[in-house]
This record gives sequence, structure tokens and C-alpha cells, in this order.
Amino acid sequence: MSTPPPSEPALPATVAVTIDGRRIDVPRTMPHPVTGAPAPTTMMQACELAGVRVPHYCYHPKLPVAGNCRMCLVEYGTPALGPDRKPLSNPDGTPKIRKAPNPVIACATPISPGIEIYTQTPGVKAAREAVLEFLLANHPLDCPICDQAGECQLQQYALEYGHAQSRFDEAKVHKPKQVDLGPRIMLDDERCILCSRCIRFTRDIVGDDALGFVRRGSHTALTHYPGRPFDNNYTLNTVDLCPVGALTSKDFRFRMRVWFLGETPSICPSCGTGCNMVIGARENVIYRLTPRSNDAVNQCWMCDAGRLNYSWIGRADRLAEVQVPGPAGSARKSGWKAALEALAARLGAAPRGSVALIASARLANEELFLLARIARALEALTDSIPRAGEGDRLLVHPDRNPNTRGAQLLGIAADPPGARLPAIAGAIREGRILTLLVFGEDVTRHGIGLDELDRLDLLVASDVLPNATTGRAHFLLPGAAFAEKSGTFTSARGRVQRFAPAVQPPGSARAEREFLRELASALTGEAFPDHASGLFDQMAREFAAFRGLTWAGLGAQGVALPANPP
Amino acid sequence: MIQERRIILEHLDRAGYTPDLGCYRRHGGYATFERCLALEPAATPEGQTLSGPEQIRLEVRRSGLRGRGGAGFPCGVKWSFVNLDSDRPIYLICNADESEPGTFKDRQIIHKDPHQLIEGILIAAYANRVHQAFIYIRGEFIEGARILDRALDEARGAGLLGRDILGRGYDLEICVHRGAGAYICGEETGLIESLEGRRPYPRIKPPYYPAVLGLYQCPTIVNNVETLCAVKHVAAMGGNEYAKLGVPGDPGTRIVCVSGQVRRPGYFEIEIGKATLGQLIHDLAGGLHPGRSLKAVIPGGSSAKVLRAGEKYKLKFARPDGKEIEREAALLDLPYDSASLAAAGSMCGSGAIVVLDDSASAVEALANIAEFYAHESCGQCTPCREGSLWMHKILQRILRRQGRPADVDNLERIAHNIPGGRTVCAFGEACSWPVQSFVAKFGDEFRQMTAPPP
Repeated sequence: MSTPPPSEPALPATVAVTIDGRRIDVPRTMPHPVTGAPAPTTMMQACELAGVRVPHYCYHPKLPVAGNCRMCLVEYGTPALGPDRKPLSNPDGTPKIRKAPNPVIACATPISPGIEIYTQTPGVKAAREAVLEFLLANHPLDCPICDQAGECQLQQYALEYGHAQSRFDEAKVHKPKQVDLGPRIMLDDERCILCSRCIRFTRDIVGDDALGFVRRGSHTALTHYPGRPFDNNYTLNTVDLCPVGALTSKDFRFRMRVWFLGETPSICPSCGTGCNMVIGARENVIYRLTPRSNDAVNQCWMCDAGRLNYSWIGRADRLAEVQVPGPAGSARKSGWKAALEALAARLGAAPRGSVALIASARLANEELFLLARIARALEALTDSIPRAGEGDRLLVHPDRNPNTRGAQLLGIAADPPGARLPAIAGAIREGRILTLLVFGEDVTRHGIGLDELDRLDLLVASDVLPNATTGRAHFLLPGAAFAEKSGTFTSARGRVQRFAPAVQPPGSARAEREFLRELASALTGEAFPDHASGLFDQMAREFAAFRGLTWAGLGAQGVALPANPP
Repeated sequence: MIQERRIILEHLDRAGYTPDLGCYRRHGGYATFERCLALEPAATPEGQTLSGPEQIRLEVRRSGLRGRGGAGFPCGVKWSFVNLDSDRPIYLICNADESEPGTFKDRQIIHKDPHQLIEGILIAAYANRVHQAFIYIRGEFIEGARILDRALDEARGAGLLGRDILGRGYDLEICVHRGAGAYICGEETGLIESLEGRRPYPRIKPPYYPAVLGLYQCPTIVNNVETLCAVKHVAAMGGNEYAKLGVPGDPGTRIVCVSGQVRRPGYFEIEIGKATLGQLIHDLAGGLHPGRSLKAVIPGGSSAKVLRAGEKYKLKFARPDGKEIEREAALLDLPYDSASLAAAGSMCGSGAIVVLDDSASAVEALANIAEFYAHESCGQCTPCREGSLWMHKILQRILRRQGRPADVDNLERIAHNIPGGRTVCAFGEACSWPVQSFVAKFGDEFRQMTAPPP
């Protein structure tokens, strides 16, 4: 009965809109944040493309639209049409615009051809002021003890659209405070502005419909599903998403004012995904890790496990002293220079083929590059330690090492990683391997036991924390955590990304690349650059997989490995 | 003396009229539906052939019937937004979440003549290719839901529901769904959210117009109980005949609920525009209590702007020659139709007239209304959520004799900052229009109550 619709002429891919008097062409559709399907471009998206900031609370580019805060109200006009449905013109020939009587929310209103959006009119300003006054009416003014202070959108817009004097003269609504939502999240319902970002995130992005609103009107309160704590591996993202101080991280709350934190761009070392992040630190102490937006990797999310994987960096038992062999098998403290000279001499004298090198896939590409040159000079058997876990569909990669790909591309790790470990263990037992260098791993937990270590003539270990392997080492070289050095990781999907130091390593501990450079020079006679950028550029020249990449070119967001290296 | 014009309420309240199927059929019930089902394709003067359902839709469009839930949107136009040829099911929802204070008409039909509603649903569903309909009934109407369920069982037993209805190959199921006990569940998109099992947060329009993306993201028609009953009478009389009732632009009859300070509050079915507010109050509702004078009328449910006694309004009339003339009318001379009430700055809304006499305090009356809206704001949009409670708190404080001169300005400002596109749904208007109008029209009482002590 129904006839197929006549094939419609293809619509142009862009739409001309005018924002505050400036004309701009924007795409007709943009990908839906969750499904990725093309969805009509909204006024908010058009404004973002035009570089026009529209204040908002509930809107978030990575979440489905809710449209509840009403902060993004804008005014608009559309081309006026005559009775014949043809556009009307002004006397000067410009299209006649009919201004809409009511403002609309930019986040949910699609654009249309020729539309004019006004974000700076007195009416818009008045609407924003009114929304802000409503939001503040029942909001506690506890900024001095609120963790969000300094990065609070309510504070931010109060500066721009707020009144100095409150006209709200009534008793505020009281709601639950210190609500224990889950193992990592604390909620203050009085601070909540009911934007529902956290609800949408955990429901639509994580797939854990754990949060919701109860009660009604101004008494509405956020809560978790009764009897089930809010406990998935992504809960801490709700703290970032929360525009106010309602959701706070139990790990971070009350520990530091955010404006005291230095922010250092870094890469999460907890799995092969390589989430971009920011290290928040003050006076050599790390206080928090937060995601840094990168649409090619982690959008703007991070898993809880990765975020909280930093407390070991400040542990009191960090390895902080260089040790060299002392009299009668004992170890004694040493300076770096003497230790590296002695070690180079010992290694130089080791018979070729009697050396094995196990380097962690948690080391940076530059460090693994230097280790690869050392291994080549010593004709050493090499491998890394695999670290497998369970992955998920969002961010967590089953490979818990951040740089397995780099370790393989640089020739350190076997394929699969760890495949050569049994052979190394066997060769030690048979006395063919007499020298073992271990960087960043405890091999006693991976098939090379204390018995084997005791058979060695020379055990060199470098690490940041003490373990059974470092306990047996003849030479102990204290290294640096990821947050204490520069370098790059190659993610499991082949993206090379830079990280920078936020804090200093303790005592004599040094970034591995600093002492490996000296050791490699001593063993090969070559000179190596004394900074990560030079090492990276040299590595990229020498290893086909990295060819064409430069440290500077990696930028803040990293670069994918060339698919078909020349 | 004006008389009712009972069409929907024709049999209600008559001695011996019972809500069962047998009684309904004895009074001619379901004959219209059977005729609709039997409609043969018919040719139009333009040479088109219209199927039975198309003919019904045409009649409803011709009738000009406007929705009786409150917004007054033309029913036939609403139906025309539905794409009948999409591959998705089309749903019909009967909105029986009657909650607007002052409104008590739908429940009369449900309790006393449920089969009339079911017949209306059957006709509307058949006309729009609907095979699953819902009656979303206000949560508090427990007995109403039982009555409907009983009536649906009877209809099913008589072959009027289910598969292959009356052997004519049409399938329809009707499901009664009890509401979640909130005023906002009556907002059509909030209702759909609630029916889907979520909080009844009204949806953003665009894109979630029910006719396009309604229940389960399928095309959906939401009609009020009284509207669906009127559809039955449109189908019975024919659209042109129905349109002769009432006034142009607002045809038919509607059930008006008169309450407040009158002697005989109740529901009355009148021909639209053929009775004035004064006739409704005095002739039908028994007038004011002895010795009282009229103070104000809320003409269309508690969210409608209040009209103050003594006000004069300019009404426009179309003369037979088509020319428009303007006439001044006093409050009680206002004909009860949407154009007249709009000219007076208010609305017919849900057809609920609340009468206040000179014993009532405007401040107390408004405080009562504001309390309701503060309690019923769903809390989704900031201005309504915070503004409705704020206004309520100010008014309660004024009633406690702790008012301040700034309160009047504050009430006006808050009520100005909630409506007008600042909220997802019309609740923003509903909660602020009473405040705007009461403060504007009874400013003297508010200023007196908030004046500093001498």
C-alpha cells in the first residue's frame, strides 16, 4: 500500500549558521556520543566549533543530552518565510530573520540552515543569571571546605553571572550528607545540582545502571541502587564529571586544595591502553591522577585502578641508594660514577653469550632502546615479563604492561612476551648464563628462582621498590617511577605517547635512561643523547617501526606508529 | 436559565444506568464502533478512495475537536503527525492521569460509563492502525482502574477486544496501567517515560514528540479520556455535524468542573462558548453562598491565570459578514470557550472553574496553589525545581506574618524567570502563571500582608 519514497536529493554536508553575527559552516550531523550514529548537529556543537563558549552544567560532549540545567539557554532566529514558503529579504537584500519568542537550550536544539544564534543578548544574560540564582538558592555555601573549590563550575559562573547578594531568604533544603556511595566515592547530596551527568555516565558509558534520583522537586536526591554500592572500575570519572563538589574521591578529598597542584601531562602505566592523564602534585608529592582528554585513546575517561595506582611512588622503602659488591659477597653503598665504571668493567669482561637481560615492559621506549644496544653489545638473551589480566570493553587492556609493544619492536621482549624466560632459566641452571641483568622486575616470581639467582656470577638489578631479586643483586641501580621521568610508551594499539616528570625520585635514584646512557656508552663506545627527546629521535631513525616519528611531533596527544614502516 | 448539553454524559447519573456492558449496549453502545469497523472504502469528490480508518480520521479532522486535557490541541492535527506507514508499531495512550486541581470530569466517565471510553479508544485505535493501547490512569484512582479492568474483561468476552475483533480481522489490546502518583505523570512525555518504567521526567521536544518518538521510541498518540469519548461522538455524528456544536475554532461540548465557593459544585457538560462564566456559576453551580460576592475565578484548572471580579475584557467577534467587531465583556459575561478565555488573558485548560468569594484571601489561595506545584515539580529543570519551592516558601512565610516588602517583587521576579522556554515542559508555566496573575491582580493584599509593622 505504501509506495517507496522518491529518492531525495542529497543534502549538503554542511549548514551555514550565524553565531553572534559571525557566519560559519558546520557539519549537518555529528556522531552521537554513545552510538556514534550521525545525529543532527546541535546549537551547542555549532557554538563549540565556532569557538563560542556557552555556559552549561548538564551538557557534556561525551554523554547523551539531558537538557535539565537550563544554563545553556540561547536566543535564535530563523529565516522568515513568506506565504509562499520562500525566504523573505530585508531591503538591503540580506535574509529577513524572524527571532523566536522564547530562548532554547543550545545542548538539545538542532541547527537549521540560515539559523542565527545569539549567545550574548541581554535576554540570554538574564536567563543565565536566573538559572544561576536558582541553582544557588539551595546550594550550601561551603566553598572553603569543598574539594571542588577552584575547579567548580558553580563558582566559575557565579563569577560571571552571579549576584553579590543572595535574594533567597528562606531555609535551605537539607539532604543527606557524607553518603557513602561506594568504596571510592563520597556524595554530598546538598551540593548536587541534579545535572545527572554521573547517572548518564555510569548507565550509558559504563553500562552499570547504578545511580539514580529519588524523591521529587527540590528534594530530589542522587543515590545508588539500594543494597548495591556504586562499585565499578570507572566510578571516579563521576568525580571529574560532577560540575560541583557533590561527588568526591575518597582518595583525594580533604588532602589538597586543587589550586596548589602542579599539573603534569602523563600516560597511565597500568595497562596497554595508555590513557592520557594529568598528574596532580605538590612539593614532590602526588595527590591524584586524572584523565586528560584524547579521543584517539581514552576520550576523557580513566579506570579507577589506573587512577589509584600511584601511592607506591611515595613509599618510604623506595630504593634510593646505589649498591656495589662489597667484601665477601656483601653489598656496599656507592656513588653512581664508581658503580657504573665497575659494572661496565664486569660486563665488558663477561664472555659473549653468557649474559641474559630481562627488562620490564613498564620501561619507556628510550630506556628499552638503550637496553637493546647494551644487549646487542653483550650478545645477551633478552625478554620481558608478561603481565596479563582481564580486559573490558571500555578502557582496560588485558596486557597490564604499558609498553609491551615497544619492548617487542625494540627487540627486547619475545613474542609472546616471556616466551624465552624458561630458556633463560634453563641456561642459568646449566651454567651457560652467568650474568643476569634485571630491569624493573622481580624475576623470582616469574620462573627464575632464588636457586637460579644464586648460581650467577653477576646479578645486576634496577628497580624502584625492593624485592627478592633486588635483595640478591650484586649491583643495585635505583631507578625512577614513570612520574619521575620523561619518556614514551607504545600502547598496545601502537600509539606512541609522551610522559613528563611531575616529581623527583628519592635519594640517589635516577631516571634509568640517565645511567643506561652512560653504561651503553661505556660498552659500545658510542655517545648517546642525554635527554629523552634526543634518544627518541635516534631510536626513530634506527628502528623501522618508529621511522618518521619525532619527539616534537608526538605532541601532547601522541602519534600512531606508521602502519607500513619503510 | 442555561441548560447542560449532555452528549458524553448523556446517560450518566440517570437512575438505573450501570457501568456494565449490558447496560451500555442497551443504550446503543458499541454501535458506532461496529459501524466504523464495517466502513467500506469510499470515494471522495476529488476522486480519492478512502479506507474506513481514513474516513474516520477525516471526520475527526473535519470536526475540529480540540483536546480536553488542558492544552486544547486539535485532535485531528495531532493524529496527522503520526507516520502510519513506518515499520514501527503505533501506540495509543489514553491519558487518564487527571490531576489538575479543580478537575474531576474524567473520573466520572471512568466510574460511571467505562465502556464509552473503551469504545472511543477502539475507534481511535482502529482509525490509526493501533494494535496496542494503554489507559494510563492516575495512581490514586484505584477503584477506577478496577472498574476499567472489569469493563475490559467484559469487552474481551464479547469479542470487542483481542484478536480478530467481531470477526473483522482487526486486533487490539488495551492495558490499564496505574500511574506513579505524581502530577507530572499527566504530562504526555512524562507519562510515556513513566509507562516505560522510569521517572516521569518530561522529554525534550524536539526530538521527542510522541507522534514521532513516543512510547518505546515508536509513533504514539496520547489523548485525554474526554477527548476519546468525544471521538466516539464525532464518529457517530460525522465531523461536520459535530462542528456545528460549540463555536468555530472550538467545537463540540465539554465537561466543565465548577468548584470552590459555590452552592452546588459539580461537573456540567455544556456546548462550548454557549454558556458564560456567570451562567456556569449561577445557573449550573447554584451561585455563591448567601451574602457573598464574587472575588475571583480561576477558569481552567489551578494553573490558569486568575480573573478578578470587576475586570473588563475586550473580546473579538466575527460578524456574519466576516467582519470582526470588538466588544467589552465583564468577567461573568465571558463565554466559556478558548478564544474568549485567551482574550481575557487566561485559558479553559482542563475545564476546571474554581470560584473564590469575598471571604477568601488571595494570599492564602495562591499559597495553596503554590504548595501544590512545589510538591509536584518533578525536579528535572533548574528554574521550576528551585523556583516553585522558593515561591512556596515565601508565601508560607507571608502567611506566618513574617512577610517583607521585598517579597512581592521577589515573587514576581521568580515567576517571571521560570516559564517561557526555560523548562522542558509546561509545568514551568503552570507553576508561575498563578503567581504572576495573583500578585498582579491582588497586589494590594500582598503588599498589605508584607508591609513592615507600623
